[in-house]
Amino acid sequence: MLEVRNLTKRFGGLVAVSDASLDVPEGAIVGLLGPNGAGKTTCFTIIAGFTRADSGSVRLNGQDITGMAPHRICGLGMVRTFQIVQPFAGLTVQENIAVGAYLRHDNRRDAMAEARAIGKRLGMGAMLDRPASSLTIAGRKRLEIARALATGAKLLLLDEVMAGLIPTEVTEIVGIIRQIRDEGHTFLMIEHVMQAVMSLAETAYVLNYGKMIAQGTPRQLVRDPAVVEAYLGHGAAARLQEAEHA
Amino acid sequence: MMRLASYGQVALVVAVLAYLGAVYVMPSQVWMGFTINALAMTIVALSWNVTGGFGGMSSFGHAAMYGTGAYASAVLQVQFGVNAWLAFGAGIMAGALMGGFIGALSFRYGLKGSYFALVTLAFAEVLRICAASFNITGGGRGLQLAIEPGVAALQFNKDRVLTYTLLLAIVALVMALTAWLKYSRFGAYLVAVRENEDAARALGIDTYRVKVTAMAISGAFGGLAGAIYLQLWLFIDSAVVYGVAISVVALIGPIIGGAGTVWGPLVGTLGLHLLGEGAKTALHNAPGLNFVLYAVVLIVALRFLPQGIMGLAARIGAFGRKGGDDA
Repeated sequence: MLEVRNLTKRFGGLVAVSDASLDVPEGAIVGLLGPNGAGKTTCFTIIAGFTRADSGSVRLNGQDITGMAPHRICGLGMVRTFQIVQPFAGLTVQENIAVGAYLRHDNRRDAMAEARAIGKRLGMGAMLDRPASSLTIAGRKRLEIARALATGAKLLLLDEVMAGLIPTEVTEIVGIIRQIRDEGHTFLMIEHVMQAVMSLAETAYVLNYGKMIAQGTPRQLVRDPAVVEAYLGHGAAARLQEAEHA
Repeated sequence: MMRLASYGQVALVVAVLAYLGAVYVMPSQVWMGFTINALAMTIVALSWNVTGGFGGMSSFGHAAMYGTGAYASAVLQVQFGVNAWLAFGAGIMAGALMGGFIGALSFRYGLKGSYFALVTLAFAEVLRICAASFNITGGGRGLQLAIEPGVAALQFNKDRVLTYTLLLAIVALVMALTAWLKYSRFGAYLVAVRENEDAARALGIDTYRVKVTAMAISGAFGGLAGAIYLQLWLFIDSAVVYGVAISVVALIGPIIGGAGTVWGPLVGTLGLHLLGEGAKTALHNAPGLNFVLYAVVLIVALRFLPQGIMGLAARIGAFGRKGGDDA
């Protein structure tokens, strides 16, 4: 569904993303992992059209969308959420979701009805009339997903949607994401919370210093020496193995 | 269409309507003349409200659209002998084009906040100087319409009651358009752009187009206000219609009344004019005093009433769960 090939992005002397490629098949939940500063969010902003890559290409359903404006990409069925949640503070929860729904509905009544339905599906029924600014972090994360879903997009890019949540909230969101996937959506998610990655993603990519250093199932990845070293430092994998054998 | 959120807002709106109705039966013509001026300025305030209130693009140069509407209409009538009705329509169009042009240029370069405010101010000032410099715009002397009262030339100033009624109708129409805008897809997009432009883009909104369109709509209202000013006074010059005073009154009314609400611009502009006029009478016409007062009221409003008078009224006897600045 999504094919990313050889993305490279430099900020001055810093190579934020270097020759990164990944694939997201339809119906999958794919994780994008990596330590802080590895270039995950930069990768996301490029895929979603917010930043231009220096080289490389992004294809969505076979169509080249490299360098396309975000609103057009959204119209083609791929939408991103933000790591730092960005609700429209002056609007109610339902109106927030409706902003997304207006992409497919041109009048207020339809958009608001769609927003209500999606809000309920995501367990936000009781909050619909509240101002978005009154939501807790967990509520705002849900709102990000609801709004993205309301655009009718089939591929959702989630940027650290679990960050800052307590374990029970993580479990709830994991359930919601699984439910949405089963309804026919595809996910690419940046995630730090391993509990979430392990239980959701079938495949994951690991980015370090802008380069893809590993790919596989989450279970394979946590045993991959290159991944362990990316997180824990050079030589850590060997020391861990020694510790296991000792 | 114009949903009110509390008994406070209902009371406020009823008071405004009662005042506007009472003007018909007030014995003194002074009140009517005064209210006519206030209504004429309300249209500029409504114009500013589209971009500044809903869209969060605070312009400090709405005189650019106002003056362009007035001048386009005046030049066509005086220099080219065009029919007043056509010229009036052209004034609205010219305002829309000027708004769209300023918007297209400013937003192409990503101007926001105070930078956008300064650029709009600069546009208004450049236009003021241009209008004072060229012969076709009457140079420093301004333009004077030939006086021919009647429907054909759109000149009704002999009949105060008719002028007042027409202005009321126009203000009501622009407010209805504002309400329609607010509850349309475009209105939701405009608020989304105000609240968070990146999130708006991610959700499929062409933010550049939304902002430029808002400027064009605002410009059409501004041009309308300018063209009305011309028909009311039959004379314009650059210092008045492109003057900073217009830009100030355009933003101060909505901010005090409640930016981003349908009734706010009317409530604010009317309130300010009443206050200014009251102070002038009380203090024997000290010149410029109304602007000193406006400044004080603006500072107080910005500090204590972030959502203006409509926001304050919304908190009095709210209708329950939807409580907010909805109006």
